[in-house]
Amino acid sequence: MFKRFASLQWKSFFRSANFGKSLAVKILMGFFAVYMLLVLAASGAGVYFILRKAVPDQSPMCTLSQYLIYWVLIELFLRYFMQKLPVMDIKPFLTTPVKKSSIAHYILGRSAASMYNLLSLFFFVPFCIVLLFQGYSGINVFLWLIAIMAIVLSINYLNLLINKSDKALTVIGGIIVISYALDYFGVFSIKEVFGPIFHGLYAYPITVLVPLVLAVFIYYINYKFLHDKIYLDATLKPKKVQANTSDLAWTKRFGDLGTFLQLDLKMIWRNKRTKSQVWISLLFVFYGLIFYTQEIYASMMPMKAFLGVFMTGIFLSNFGQFIPAWDSSYYSMMMSQNIPLRKYLESKALLISVSVIFMFLLTIPYIYFGWEALAINFGCAIYNLGVNIPVILYFGSFNKKRIELDQSPFGNMQGTSANQFLIMVPVLIVPILIFSLFYYLFSVTAGVTVLCVLGLIGLVLKNTLMDKVTGQYRKKKYGMIAGFKEKNS
Amino acid sequence: MITVQNLTKKYGSQTVLNIENLEIPTGQSFGLVGNNGAGKTTFFSLLLDLIQPTTGHIENNGIQVNTSEEWKPITSSFIDETFLIGYLTPEEYFYFIGDLRGQNKADVDALLGQFEDFFHGEILGQKKYLRDLSKGNQKKAGIVASFIGNPQVVILDEPFANLDPTTQIRLKGIIKDLAAKEDVTVLVSSHDLIHVTEVCKRIVVLNKGQVVKDIKTSTETLRELEAFFAG
Repeated sequence: MFKRFASLQWKSFFRSANFGKSLAVKILMGFFAVYMLLVLAASGAGVYFILRKAVPDQSPMCTLSQYLIYWVLIELFLRYFMQKLPVMDIKPFLTTPVKKSSIAHYILGRSAASMYNLLSLFFFVPFCIVLLFQGYSGINVFLWLIAIMAIVLSINYLNLLINKSDKALTVIGGIIVISYALDYFGVFSIKEVFGPIFHGLYAYPITVLVPLVLAVFIYYINYKFLHDKIYLDATLKPKKVQANTSDLAWTKRFGDLGTFLQLDLKMIWRNKRTKSQVWISLLFVFYGLIFYTQEIYASMMPMKAFLGVFMTGIFLSNFGQFIPAWDSSYYSMMMSQNIPLRKYLESKALLISVSVIFMFLLTIPYIYFGWEALAINFGCAIYNLGVNIPVILYFGSFNKKRIELDQSPFGNMQGTSANQFLIMVPVLIVPILIFSLFYYLFSVTAGVTVLCVLGLIGLVLKNTLMDKVTGQYRKKKYGMIAGFKEKNS
Repeated sequence: MITVQNLTKKYGSQTVLNIENLEIPTGQSFGLVGNNGAGKTTFFSLLLDLIQPTTGHIENNGIQVNTSEEWKPITSSFIDETFLIGYLTPEEYFYFIGDLRGQNKADVDALLGQFEDFFHGEILGQKKYLRDLSKGNQKKAGIVASFIGNPQVVILDEPFANLDPTTQIRLKGIIKDLAAKEDVTVLVSSHDLIHVTEVCKRIVVLNKGQVVKDIKTSTETLRELEAFFAG
C-alpha cells in the first residue's frame, strides 16, 4: 500500500503545474536551489570556527547549544507560514477501500520527508563532520545528530498540530521577542538555562531517547487527531472566511479610476498571495540596515543606488511584474466588459506610485548614515515613479501565466516565466548603471540629478507612455486570454 | 442584429467552427444546441472577441467585433464562473459591473430587487465571497450580473446547467420576459433540449462546427431535435 502511495506522490511532483515550467526557468531555479544548499552546508561547516573565534573560552558545542532554543522557536515560527498539512489530498481516497489508518500514516509520513526538514540536515551534517575532524567523540556526535533530527521531526509535527490557530503564532512570536529581550538586557538568561540542556544531548548520549520519544509522541497525537477527523465536514472542509463588505467610498474621489482602484485594493487585501506581498515589501525597508551598517559599503555608491532602487521599488517589482496576471482568473470577463483599458492600467500605476512614495518616506531615517543615502534614495524614487512604472507595465503585457490568488506566496512560482527575470535588467540594473556612470565621471550629486531628470521626463511624458502601453495590451489581448485560461501553466 | 460572414476558426489543421452565413435579427431569442465540441462556446467567444477568427467576421449591431470595441456597452454575457471575481461579495460584484456599465448603486439595487425570487435568499447579504458560494449560486450571480445596464444583446452559455429545478423554472421565466422585449436579443446555449425549445423562438444545431439545422420553434421542434440527437 505504501508503495502505491509513494508512486502517487512521485507523479504528483513530476506532473505538478509548477514543474512544467519552461526549461530556462527550471535551470535558473535549479542553480538558485543548489546555491542556497551550498551556502547552508558551508555555514554548517564554518559555524564551528566562527563560534570558536567569537567565544574562545568555551567549546563551540556549548556555544551552539545555547542558541538551539532560538533555532527551535524561530523554526516553529517560520514553519507556521510555510508548512501546512496537505489534508485535501486525502479526499480522493475516502471512497476507495483503503484503511483510514494507512491514509493517516501516509499523509503524516510524507511530511517527514519535506523540504524543510532536509534544510536542517544540510546544516547539521557538515557541522558534525567538522566536529569529528576536531576530535570530538564519534558516538556522541552521531547520537547528537540523531537527537537533532528527532527535534526537527518534533518541530515538524508540532507545527502541524498548532498551525490551525493564529493564536499559537502570536504566542511563539511573543516568546521569541520576550526571551531575546530578557537575554539582551541581562534580566534573565534564557540561553544559560537551555544551553546545558541541549548540551546534555551531546554529553550524555543516552539522552537521545528524550527527543526520540518526544517525536514519536507528537506523531502519535497527530495520528490520533487525523484518524478521528477524516470526514468531509471535519478536517477536510476548506476554511470559509466571513466576508466583510466595504464600499471604500473614498476611492470615488479618483473618478473613473475609483472603480478599478477599489477592485485592486480588495484584491490585494483579500487574497493570500497579494497580502503577503505587501508585508514582504514592508519588511524590505530594513534591507538597508544590512549594508549601511557595514564599513565596506560605506563608500560604495553604486551599492547605495541598488538599495535605493530596490527599497523604494520593492512593491513596484513584486506586484508590478505580475500585472495583469493578478486578474488572470477573470481576465476574459474584463475583456468582454465595457472596460477602458487605459483606466485599468492607470489605476495600477497609481497604486504603485503610492507605494514608491510610501517606501521612500519609510527610508528617510537612513539619513543617519549620511546625506548621500537620502539623496540617492530620493533620486531612485523619482526614477521609479517616472521610468520604471511604465516599463514594468509594458513588460506586463508579455505575461501569459495564470496566477491563483488564494495560494501562499512562499516558494510559489505561479505566473513566473523568463519574463520575470528579463524585467530585472531595465528596472534594476539600468538605473544603477546610469547612476554609477555619472558618479564616477562627476559626483554623487550628478548621479542623483540625472536619475531625477530622467524620472521627471518620464512623468512629463506619462500620457504618451501610457498610450503606448495600452496599445501593447490591446495587441496582446488574445494571447493573454488564452494563456490565463490554462490552469496548468 | 448579429451577422456572421464566412466565419471559421481553426486550430492547426482542425476546423472547430465553420459558419458561412448566419443572421440573428434584433429581438430574437436564439438557442444554440449541440454535443460537446460542437463549437457553441467557440462561437460565443468569437462573438465576444475573446478569440480571433481564422477567416470571416461577426458584426454586432453593425459593428465588427474584432476591429472596434463599440459593441461592448450594448452587449453583456455570462460564459462560465471565470467571469466572476472570486474575492468580491455578490453585492460588490454587481456594483462593480454596474460601475462599468454606467449604473449607480440605486439602479443596480432596483434591478436586483426584481430577482429576489430567483436568488432565493442565497445570494444577497450572505457575508460570503463569490469564491465560497456553491456552483449553482455562483451561476445565479453571474446570470443576473449580465442583466445589469440594459444590454441589447445578452449571451448566456449553458445557463441551466448546475441549477436546481426551482431555479431552472424561474430562469426560464426570466429569459422569456427578457426575450419578450423587442429590442433585446438573447442568445442561449444548452444541452437541455426541453428548456431551450421552451425559451427560444429559433434553434440552431451545431455539429462539428457546422450549422446542421436552423429551426423556427414549433410544437414539433422537440421531437425533431430528439430524433436528430438520438442519431
